[in-house]
Amino acid sequence: MVRDRSLSYRIVDWILYAMLAIMALSCLLPFWHLLAKSFSNRQSVMADVVSLWPIGFNIENYAYILNDRQFLGSFAVSTIRVVLGVVLTLFITVITAYPLSRDRIHMPGRTFIKVLLLIGMLFSAGLIPYFLAIRNLGLYNNFMVLVIPGALSIFNIIVVMNFFRGIPVELEEAALLDGASHLDILFRVFIPVSLPVLATVTLFTAVGHWNAWFDGIVFLSKSESWPLQSFMYTVVTSRMLEWQTSNIGGSSQNAAQAAQSFMNATPQGLVAAMIFIASFPIICVYPFLQRYFVTGLTIGSVKG
Amino acid sequence: MIQTTPSPLVGQAVARQRSAAVAKPSLGKTLKQHWLLYVMLIPALTLLLLFSFYPMLGITIAFLDFKPTRGFGGSEFVGLENFVEIFTMREAWPLFRNTVFIAVGKMFFGTVVSLVFALMVHEVFSKGFKRVVQTMTTLPHFLSWVIIGGVMVQVLASAGPLNNIITSITGGKPVKFLGDPAIFPWTVIISETWKEFGFGAVIYLAALTGINPELYEAAAVDGAGRYNRLRSITLPSISSIIILLLCLNLGNVLNAGFEQLLILSNPIVYSTGDIIDTWVYRRGLVQSEYSLSTALGLVKSTVGFGLILLSYYLAGKFANYRIF
Repeated sequence: MVRDRSLSYRIVDWILYAMLAIMALSCLLPFWHLLAKSFSNRQSVMADVVSLWPIGFNIENYAYILNDRQFLGSFAVSTIRVVLGVVLTLFITVITAYPLSRDRIHMPGRTFIKVLLLIGMLFSAGLIPYFLAIRNLGLYNNFMVLVIPGALSIFNIIVVMNFFRGIPVELEEAALLDGASHLDILFRVFIPVSLPVLATVTLFTAVGHWNAWFDGIVFLSKSESWPLQSFMYTVVTSRMLEWQTSNIGGSSQNAAQAAQSFMNATPQGLVAAMIFIASFPIICVYPFLQRYFVTGLTIGSVKG
Repeated sequence: MIQTTPSPLVGQAVARQRSAAVAKPSLGKTLKQHWLLYVMLIPALTLLLLFSFYPMLGITIAFLDFKPTRGFGGSEFVGLENFVEIFTMREAWPLFRNTVFIAVGKMFFGTVVSLVFALMVHEVFSKGFKRVVQTMTTLPHFLSWVIIGGVMVQVLASAGPLNNIITSITGGKPVKFLGDPAIFPWTVIISETWKEFGFGAVIYLAALTGINPELYEAAAVDGAGRYNRLRSITLPSISSIIILLLCLNLGNVLNAGFEQLLILSNPIVYSTGDIIDTWVYRRGLVQSEYSLSTALGLVKSTVGFGLILLSYYLAGKFANYRIF
């Protein structure tokens, strides 16, 4: 960017800096407010006097959460889900992207398979048929329902396939001279040069798994086996119902159930602490994701 | 700082070169030589069959008076009765209107705010400031709607910080962001815009950082001010991406944001805040009216599928976009 020394230019500059700072703070302050509440005592939270700094500093809420078996259990479920989900998704993505990317090899049926995948990505049967299918497949109330259906991420396959296509032909030709099989080429040539894009897929998949909650509340009936975000759903919606004291009809069965069990419990400060712990892994990881944003985005959605 | 990839165009050019060199041996020969390629596709095709195509069989319950106890075979076939009921029911028009209003509102504000934000970030000089601003504004994108909803309930409460600011300025009553049907859709649109604008700007910024700085230097020498540089260099260089994203948006006209509304919506604001997806969920999974909700889900999926195909067609035509 060219710098200009004139007064009007500098005034515009300051306005830009100020507006950007306001936009950035608007994203940060709501979370900061909750963080302050989570460290405040109960009376000041109930009186709504906490704004951006804790009043009556204490760590009671965090101590409570560390003894809450449901919360800790859900945290464990989420962790296992992220690890298993990432491994499985990455495996499926790579071994599917490889044959689809090898345009130079004549492979009857490849276009047909691509069309099938595209239909699978773009057309869904809808929630109810999907629910019935999951139940018929024996995945209802089965932990694997959180991991297996999502393992096929067609979007990720397209991203990786396009990256594979860009790998120079010379690299694999050298390997072929040594008599390498497809598995050798994939694991010794393609994967090592694709680490940036695979890192992108890994991190986005991990974040997606950590954040997913709908499958938990729909496919798992026992709240003990829920991932953390599904548990947080009941906490948050119960707060919402509590807050709208009029008209407690319940927007869904779960919310209504949750309203009963949480009506007297989960004060705001505690919810704030739970929200903070539930987003803590993301807050730690996402700044590192930034450098990979563009790698994933440009290859995946903007091609040419 | 953000890492840009070597132009995707290069990858495509290489891919084209490669496909030009394809020789066509017989199927038998291919199978013998490259059977492993087919084996590698088995897991993906299995998952596709089980979780995409197998559920499609369930679409038939939209044409039945489906009773779970009787199963597919035992339920009565009613033809298009469920569809007639859906299109003539009282909620039909409000559901459609709410869905499209919220979805289109999100597209409009999302595009404008992301674009303006990206142009502003591009204009400022300090790299450190840029990085801090981008890190802060992308945070909400990576958090789930459950978390964001929990934050919103506390921040937007009638005695919450935002209403404290509003009441101290206007001296009036607190705003019921989540409990007033006239305000609720705007709360939905603006909260989504707030959550996503930082991340949405990333793709514009990627294109902006690709602009050759010499262009700006040359323009400055010729006496072009900030406005002229914006108009004749910056905007033309990202116009194709803007057009592309506008085309692709078309596919989302019926996606108002299921997860967000499942969290934020409540019976008080159903008149303006109930969308097709939440209705299908409530009537289908909560109240077990399988046939009716499947029928509406099918209508939505079909129209949505058509819109996506149209959006891809337009994106291919105007922005030279190809997905596979």
